[in-house]
Amino acid sequence: MRVTKDLVAASATPIVLGILAEGESYGYAILRRISDLSGGELDWTEGFLYPLLHRLERLGHVEASWQTVTGERRRKYYRITKQGLAELAEQRHQWTTVVEALQQIWPQTLPLEGTA
Amino acid sequence: MTVTNGPDELESQFAQWREYVRRRPELIASDADELEDHLRDSVDELTALGLRPDEAFLIAVKRMGGLDDLSREFAREHSERLWKQLMFLGDSGDTATKATLRRDLIAMLVCAAGAALSIKVPALFGQHFDDEGTFYETNVALFTLPWLAGFLAWRRRAGLRLCAVLVALFALGVAGANFYPVADDSQSVNLIGSHLPIALWFVVGLAYVSDEVRSSRRRMDFIRFSGEWFVYLVLIALGGGVLIVFLTSTFDAIGLGADDFITYWLVPCGGMAAVVVAGWLVEAKQGVIENIAPVLTRLFTPLFAVVLLAFLVATGLTHGGIDVERENLVMFDLLLAIVLGLLLYSISARNPLAPRGTFDVLQLVLVVSALVIDALVLLTMTGRIAEYGTTPNNTAALGENIVLLANLAWAAWLLFSFVRRRAGFPAIERWQTTYLPVFAVWMWVVVLVLPPVFNFR
Repeated sequence: MRVTKDLVAASATPIVLGILAEGESYGYAILRRISDLSGGELDWTEGFLYPLLHRLERLGHVEASWQTVTGERRRKYYRITKQGLAELAEQRHQWTTVVEALQQIWPQTLPLEGTA
Repeated sequence: MTVTNGPDELESQFAQWREYVRRRPELIASDADELEDHLRDSVDELTALGLRPDEAFLIAVKRMGGLDDLSREFAREHSERLWKQLMFLGDSGDTATKATLRRDLIAMLVCAAGAALSIKVPALFGQHFDDEGTFYETNVALFTLPWLAGFLAWRRRAGLRLCAVLVALFALGVAGANFYPVADDSQSVNLIGSHLPIALWFVVGLAYVSDEVRSSRRRMDFIRFSGEWFVYLVLIALGGGVLIVFLTSTFDAIGLGADDFITYWLVPCGGMAAVVVAGWLVEAKQGVIENIAPVLTRLFTPLFAVVLLAFLVATGLTHGGIDVERENLVMFDLLLAIVLGLLLYSISARNPLAPRGTFDVLQLVLVVSALVIDALVLLTMTGRIAEYGTTPNNTAALGENIVLLANLAWAAWLLFSFVRRRAGFPAIERWQTTYLPVFAVWMWVVVLVLPPVFNFR
């Protein structure tokens, strides 16, 4: 199964903000986390992730800084801001509404393709 | 690691990849750092799985997706980067370039201040703008062009010998402008006033090409520099005009006259400084912003070609020939100079390897019509000289027309051969760069030789 482009685009911001809400992180680790969370189903490219991170930074949802953690390379770490947390809460609210609505109209009997 | 030179080889691969990334205008240095870090993580993970470093590198790069796609995505987010910005102190880029930019900026400020103050120095000795006499008319270029040349020579780290030559030439200019016993209403004084700035501009050119005087490429760069410099100067002058309008009206509104300040300080000092600032701008923005002079050339070459052709047709129909008034002849000289300018800039902007196109034919039309007009002007001028005898003015004009005629004739021939696929484009380029000293020499002759020859008439 592949998640469609539209859905990936719509869910990208809350996913990244959600991961950063767990603690600051950097690009490569964020990609790995997304892959783990979705069991490999969400396969983001670098060309998708980095511009997104930069946009979130521009909007003020995240802050970035170059840091050197002992024993590692100098890296650009991203940290969620207060504003980002508010945005995450807002997006979460919207997603919950959508998911609840979907759950009500989906008949329980509808078979779920691809999972068995 | 199974391969002995694995780490070194890997590092050089990273370096290559980085250089490749940095060529993309959409990706700035910190993006390259970030992506490189990502790539390294990816390689580390793959080598941990047992792959050889070079294999890991290949796979990691492949996974990263094509740089085209990556750049496109970055461009979508950072569209402002495609508007190439002139960073005065470069908020991107490495510390070395930043330091260079800062040093340049300081040197420019010193030179611009020097130029601005220079024009006020004569006032200390009782020489004012509104005084009688032609002191400022003949000396104006000497207040600012040495500073511009100094800035360029400093930037090129010109050798002592070149610096000595520059100083000597400017001293020659000072001598030409001030030591001849020319009357204020003589033709000689006007010739010095109009030709000395151009003669000195070639000295600036010498500072520009610095130790590569013989290099055709560097001379072509100087032609580009001149065109861009002129465009910037005009832009600065326009901005200055707007500033003056606001200064005048806002101070008028509170009952203070700013006229004296504008006339005696803002215009002269600003004008002198602007010459240096424009030169610095051209240097600072090299490769950052597309050159504008060639674009203007492309726009105006067809228009001028049409005007010249129309003029020739009209002359042919009326059989009138050219009116022998002096003002008209000066106008034609200017017209021919503009044609030459258009030709030079389109040459400087043209990719020498590009195939022949309509534009080259248009240029040929322009040059040939200019050539015919030049011949007509020369004919009229000879008649005038036969009638009135030689004067400093018509000798200077005659010389200029002959110099131009020779240039245009050979340029037309080369363009013709080029359009007919008989010769390459570089020949045209070489001809124009080789010819530059001829212009310079004639300008100096007008300034230094003609006045004594005509007894300072």
